[in-house]
This record gives sequence, C-alpha cells and structure tokens, in this order.
Amino acid sequence: MNAIMVPAVEVAALKDTTLLNMGIFALFVAVTMVIVFRASRNNKTAADYYAAGRSFTGSQNGTAIAGDYLSAASFLGITGAIAINGYDGFLYSIGFLVAWLVALLLVAELLRNTGKFTMADVLSFRLRQRPVRIAAALSTLAVCFFYLLAQMAGAGSLISLLLGISDWGGQALVIIVVGALMIMYVLIGGMKGTTWVQIIKAILLIAGAAVMTAMVLAIYGFNLSNLLGSAAEAANNPNVLNPGLQYGKTETSKLDFMSLGLALVLGTAALPHVLMRFYTVPTAKEARKSVVWAIWLIGLFYLFTLVLGYGAAALVGAETIKSAPGGVNSAAPLLAFHLGGPLLLGFISAVAFATILAVVAGLTITAAASFAHDIYANVISKGKADAGTEVKVARRTVVVIGVLAILGGIFANGQNVAFLVALAFAVAASANLPTIVYSLFWKKFTTQGAVWSMYGGLAAAILLITFSPVVSGAKTSMIPGANFAFFPLSNPGIVSIPLAFFLGWLGTVLDKRREDPAKQAEMEVRSLTGIGAEKAVNH
Amino acid sequence: MGNEAQPQDATASVDFQEVQQTERFRTLRKRHRSFVFPMAVIFLLWYFAYVLLADYAVAFMSTKVWGNINIGLILGLLQFVTTFGITAWYVSYSNRKLDPIAAEIRNEIEGHEFDKGGNVIRGGAK
Repeated sequence: MNAIMVPAVEVAALKDTTLLNMGIFALFVAVTMVIVFRASRNNKTAADYYAAGRSFTGSQNGTAIAGDYLSAASFLGITGAIAINGYDGFLYSIGFLVAWLVALLLVAELLRNTGKFTMADVLSFRLRQRPVRIAAALSTLAVCFFYLLAQMAGAGSLISLLLGISDWGGQALVIIVVGALMIMYVLIGGMKGTTWVQIIKAILLIAGAAVMTAMVLAIYGFNLSNLLGSAAEAANNPNVLNPGLQYGKTETSKLDFMSLGLALVLGTAALPHVLMRFYTVPTAKEARKSVVWAIWLIGLFYLFTLVLGYGAAALVGAETIKSAPGGVNSAAPLLAFHLGGPLLLGFISAVAFATILAVVAGLTITAAASFAHDIYANVISKGKADAGTEVKVARRTVVVIGVLAILGGIFANGQNVAFLVALAFAVAASANLPTIVYSLFWKKFTTQGAVWSMYGGLAAAILLITFSPVVSGAKTSMIPGANFAFFPLSNPGIVSIPLAFFLGWLGTVLDKRREDPAKQAEMEVRSLTGIGAEKAVNH
Repeated sequence: MGNEAQPQDATASVDFQEVQQTERFRTLRKRHRSFVFPMAVIFLLWYFAYVLLADYAVAFMSTKVWGNINIGLILGLLQFVTTFGITAWYVSYSNRKLDPIAAEIRNEIEGHEFDKGGNVIRGGAK
C-alpha cells in the first residue's frame, strides 16, 4: 500500500462531487423538515416547546444526546487529530467519554427530579431566586455562545472542503443558509423537532462511521496491529502510536494537556444544552437510561474514530490531509472518498452538515429557553408572565440568537474550531459544575457561595483565555500581531475550575445569611425520590 | 394553555423536613451517596492517573506488548471498558437498591402520610 501516491487526485476529486453532496444534504433537510412539521402539531405549552412534552423515551433521548454531543469537532476534529498527531488525538475522545460518568452518577437523575426547563431551575431551587437565576442564565448564554460560534465557524471551513466554495462571500452565503434552516427547525419544531433532527443525525453518523470502520479493518484483515503498523509506516514516524507527539513538546504543553483533560472530564456534565435534554423524558429512570444509551453510543463512536484516524493516516497520508482544503478536518471526508468513492464521500459530507445543523439547533433552543424562562419570565416579569407569553419570547429569542450566530459564524470563519469547543467546556466546568455539585450535595451551601462561584469561575475562565496564547502572542493566535499573553496555557481549566470550587466554599462559609432548611429538605427529598417531579404532558 | 396552569403539584402540603428525618429516606440517601461518591473518586483518579502517564511517562506508555499494540493503547481502551463497566454496575445497583425504596417513599408521600399539621395517620404499624 503506497499511501504517498494517492494525493492530488483525491483532493481534486472532492470538488467534482459537490452536486452529489448538495443533493444528499437537500434530501436530509427535506426529510427532517417533514418530521419537524409533524412533530410541531402538538406544540402547545411551554413544556411542549422547551421539553418536548417530556414524552421521549430514554433510548430516544440517549440517541439524541449522542447526536447533540458528537459535533463536527468530535467527528472531523478527532479523526483528523488522530490522523495527524496519532495517539494524542485519541486522548481527547477518552476525556469526552469518561466525562459522561460525572453526568450519570452525580447529575442527570437528580437534575431531572428537581428542575423544570433549565439549569437555573435546579441551581435556584433552594437559594434566592433572582441572583442565582441571573448568574446561571448568564453562564448558560456564555457557554452556548462559545459553542455556537465554534459550530458556525466549523460550518465555514467544512463548506470550503465539501462544496468546493472557497471565496469568502460564497462561504458567508452558506453560513446564512445553515443559520436560516436552523432557525426554522427550532422555531417550528421546538424541542421536539430539534430532538428528532438529532436522533436522525446520530443514526446516520454512527452508521456511516461503522461502515467506514468495517471497510478500513477489512483492508487490514481485521488486525488492529497491522493497521497501526501501516499508519506508522505511512507517517514515517513510529511515534504516532505513542503519546506526546502534540502535547509532549515542552513542560508548558504538558501542563496544558492536564488542564485540557480536567476541562473535558468536568465540562460535559455542566453543558447547559446537555442538561436540558434530561427534561425531555418523563422520569428520572428514563433520564438514567438516556445517559446509559448515550455512553454506549458515544463510546462506540469514539472507538470507530480511533480506527478511522489511523486509517486516514495509513490510507490517505498526513501530508495529503494537511494540504487539502479544510486541513486537519478533511481526514474523515478524504478517507470516505478513498474507501467508497463519491457516493460515500457525499454521504459523509451530508452527515457532517447535518451534524452542525443539529448541534446548532440544540444550542439555540437552550439559549432561548434560558433567556425566556430565567431572565424574562422569572426576573423581568417576576413570574407573572403566562406560559404563552414566555414561549412567544422564547421564539423571538431564537430568531435573535440565530441572527447573532450567523454573524458570529461569518466573523469567526477560519478560527480554530477545537479551541472554541474546549473553551466552552472550560467555561462550563468553571462556571456551572461547582454550583451544581454543591447545591445537590452540600447542605450548608448558600446563595453567596453560588454567586461567587459562578461569576468567579466564568470571569476567571474568560479572562485567562483572553490573556493566553490563544488570543495573542503566538503564530496561531486570533490576533497574531499583538502580544498581551501572560497566561501560558491555552486552556484555563486547571486554574479556573479549582478556583470556582474554592470560591463556592469561601462564599458559603463567609455568608452571614442562612438558607431555608425546609427548602433544602424539599430539594434533597425530591431529587432522590422524584416526588412531585414534572410529569409527561398528555395530549 | 393546558396543563401548565395546573397547580405545580400535590406536594405543597408535604413536610419535607419530616420525610428527610425518616429512617427510610436516610437509608436511601446513604445508599445513593455510598455508591456514587466512592465511584466518582475512583474513576476520576483512574482517569487522571492515565492522563498523567500519557503526559509524563511516554517511554512506559510506548512499550509494545504485542505487534504494534502498546501499553498506552491498552490503558486507553481500558478507560472505555471501565466506563462501560461502571455504567452497567450503577444501573444494576440503582435497579436493586435505589429505585424500590425511592418508589416506597414516593407512594407514602402521595398517600399523604407526611402532610403538615400532624393530624394524620403515620403509616400504621410500620
């Protein structure tokens, strides 16, 4: 197998399949639109709009969670990272997977039992409503914004690769189309429509990856060792099989990797759009089933990406991948073309688009729900707004967020997608996780502790990022010309997460006010028994 | 606007502090915490041990075991195995030890055994 021979032809062939790619993608949009319209018929109440009437089963919701979680960064990013950096790319997927145990053991069921629509419902349950709700809503919006920006920026670079549109105006146009489609899904279908889009996408993505994995393994006689050997040979570097190729260069980069590892494993259970998915099932038991399904599907998928990444390294070659439009992100599509020609490439490309669409829709409805339910209904109108008005506000917010995402996507086009996603994880782990854990498990936790921890974590994460090499001071920075980077790590987690936990504790022990013990008792009893939890909506 | 207008639930009259003090609830809480806390500590330690090894013990991780498969890859795949294993264990533990007792408490509360005011029958001879 001579991997160095394949290159130029394959890259050129990518553009010839543009029409096919667009055709398959149009088919996906048409099918999902029909489903979204059908699903929207029963959208009457706020519980319908935000939480799909709490009518999904655990397995459906688990599949949707996988669809939500396996973003373009997971699929294209990790496959590409393994193809180029070998073992270090694999480390990402382990962090992303193990993180689900935090959600399973500590968060999912208790959250489902105590909340209604948003993360803030749980955090403000036994603390003072206004300050905690505002803080939780702000950090929800911040996390959603970074994640959204990452996905929209990813859409831009994906387009350059898959549709052969390389000029800025053409890419902007496609970002607008993606954004407009997403607004329609969320506006019409609400959580129900969004969930179905995610379920369909997850099935297509996992099936596509499974087929490619089987094809790669078949080439190597289903012998993983042969595949690895061939990848090392093609890379002309046996170290692709060992850790350290990307992060082992200096002491700083090693520390940076620890920081990333911390943010990944603690971030997942604090991502607002993941948390909100637990409200779409009728009971805590179904929430548990959702996580179990999600863990199996996501774990399986990451095992596939290991094979796909090394497969791309062996069959396509790192040099070809790096020189293709879209760079590292093009590993999976190039491998698809190598294995199954234009048809498989078209399918995988369409799935990648669908991925962005589905993830963006999930983020948008989360941000809109947080604004309408937490800020508008509970803070601005102090709980006096009726559910109808609240949903109306949520719908308008969807349009505003959609427009912002389109503008942000056009502006951030070309930025490093993986960094933006890792940033969202770090912000979530710093701003949200300490307060979630304390309010569920620490009896004495107070409002001041929550507010200190959330604002402190949020501010620390964002400030450290601003003064890191990610923004200035290095060749790959957002502002390469300037240098105001005094924080050496590109991921703030190792500082901001412990700091937020510390602030939560400090704020609590210094707080002179005590919280209502009756509320604490109520939250604890409800969270463990599910008494009085929101039930499924019957139509 | 349908069911949103309904009173939030029928638990407004429940004295949760009393429920919190019952033997049964304390058993439930103890069973839950004595599983999830140690398990969380174990998998986090195991994960960080793995990350530290990959970060600082590259030579060890690169040791080939058979063919091109090295210790790093085996430990990485073991992370998958333990994640799946802990998931399955937790599900079976919940089904056996947590769900039945949670359901009992829920039924008692819904049967108005813990209403405020103290003028209610306290669950008979139990």
